[in-house]
Amino acid sequence: MPVSVANSKLIYEALKECDIRLVSALPETWLVHLIRMTDEDPDMTLVRLAKEEEAVGISAGAHFAGVKSAMLMQNHGLLAAINGIVSFAHLYKIPLLMLISYRGSFGEKDPWQTQGGNVTEPVLRALRIPYFPLDRVEALKKRIRDAQTLAESSLQPVAILLKRDLMWEE
Amino acid sequence: MLRLDCLRSVYEELADCLVVTIMGAVAAELQSLGHRPNFFYLQHAMGLASSTGLGLALCLPEERVIVFDGDGSLLMNLGSLTTMGRYRPKNLTHVVFDNESLLSVGGFPTATSTGTDLEGIARSAGIPRVVTVHDVEKFSDTVREAAKSKELTTIIAKVKATGPSGYVTDLTLLENRFQFRRYIQSMKKDQRIH
Repeated sequence: MPVSVANSKLIYEALKECDIRLVSALPETWLVHLIRMTDEDPDMTLVRLAKEEEAVGISAGAHFAGVKSAMLMQNHGLLAAINGIVSFAHLYKIPLLMLISYRGSFGEKDPWQTQGGNVTEPVLRALRIPYFPLDRVEALKKRIRDAQTLAESSLQPVAILLKRDLMWEE
Repeated sequence: MLRLDCLRSVYEELADCLVVTIMGAVAAELQSLGHRPNFFYLQHAMGLASSTGLGLALCLPEERVIVFDGDGSLLMNLGSLTTMGRYRPKNLTHVVFDNESLLSVGGFPTATSTGTDLEGIARSAGIPRVVTVHDVEKFSDTVREAAKSKELTTIIAKVKATGPSGYVTDLTLLENRFQFRRYIQSMKKDQRIH
């Protein structure tokens, strides 16, 4: 599978360096290595979800408990989580670190992913969620750390978009 | 059976728990008995009270967490039962007040009014203990047994579709949220000292 193991590892290390101790996730091709690394790490709690919106509640619970968490999801999962983001994370000022695989953008071969790619950034802008599209390893750890710092200081959701050039090796 | 009577019957023991409720009548009625800093009322995001309780229970395995859910909210996030059933935190009790309606929006009947069986769904989703109760004494006994059982328990409490005349209280959402988190952080700090 041409999902980049090396870059997945860098992202995982960045999460560890941010003191993330709980990750909630739904499987998606680009995220398989990240989810596996989470699962194999005895110091990390992995919560496998039925639907991405659950992750908003789980991360809120973790925040109340004083545990730093992250959400791994596809951009279609972001779409599925919108009400939770607006009527929980925004309403109650809950910090969320969302790592979102950016399917359906340039280079996408799967027809079923393409509509989600069209609306991902407009939806994030409409929700006023600060985001950064990550497409290279340079400064990767700093970007993720900066995203978490902003989420924690602003008490709101912040997104990192994981792009094809970072996650996929042709 | 009235939801308010159920809440009253376990109110004293809620002092030692972390409590998460859904919006509407449940939140208003629990506050009418007396707000405490360890109560969090999720005044929207229907369906996510159980997910919030799961996050708390997984992160704080030594604390008892009680979620007061409702049929309308749970039906919006049935997948949550499968996630709870997968991790089965021993310190989580999940109460579902089933009044077979979305009371706060005028009583729209939910699917439990036409035969959907939440007890069966919860059991099949992998919740290890599931109990349906119809009277207050059984309700309070079951909540206490859930604590003793050390098993994730879902309690379906069949209640009448009646509630308070209004749902807005003078506790603001953010005040509640910050107080709840501060309560937990102080509790953790105290536990480190002792």
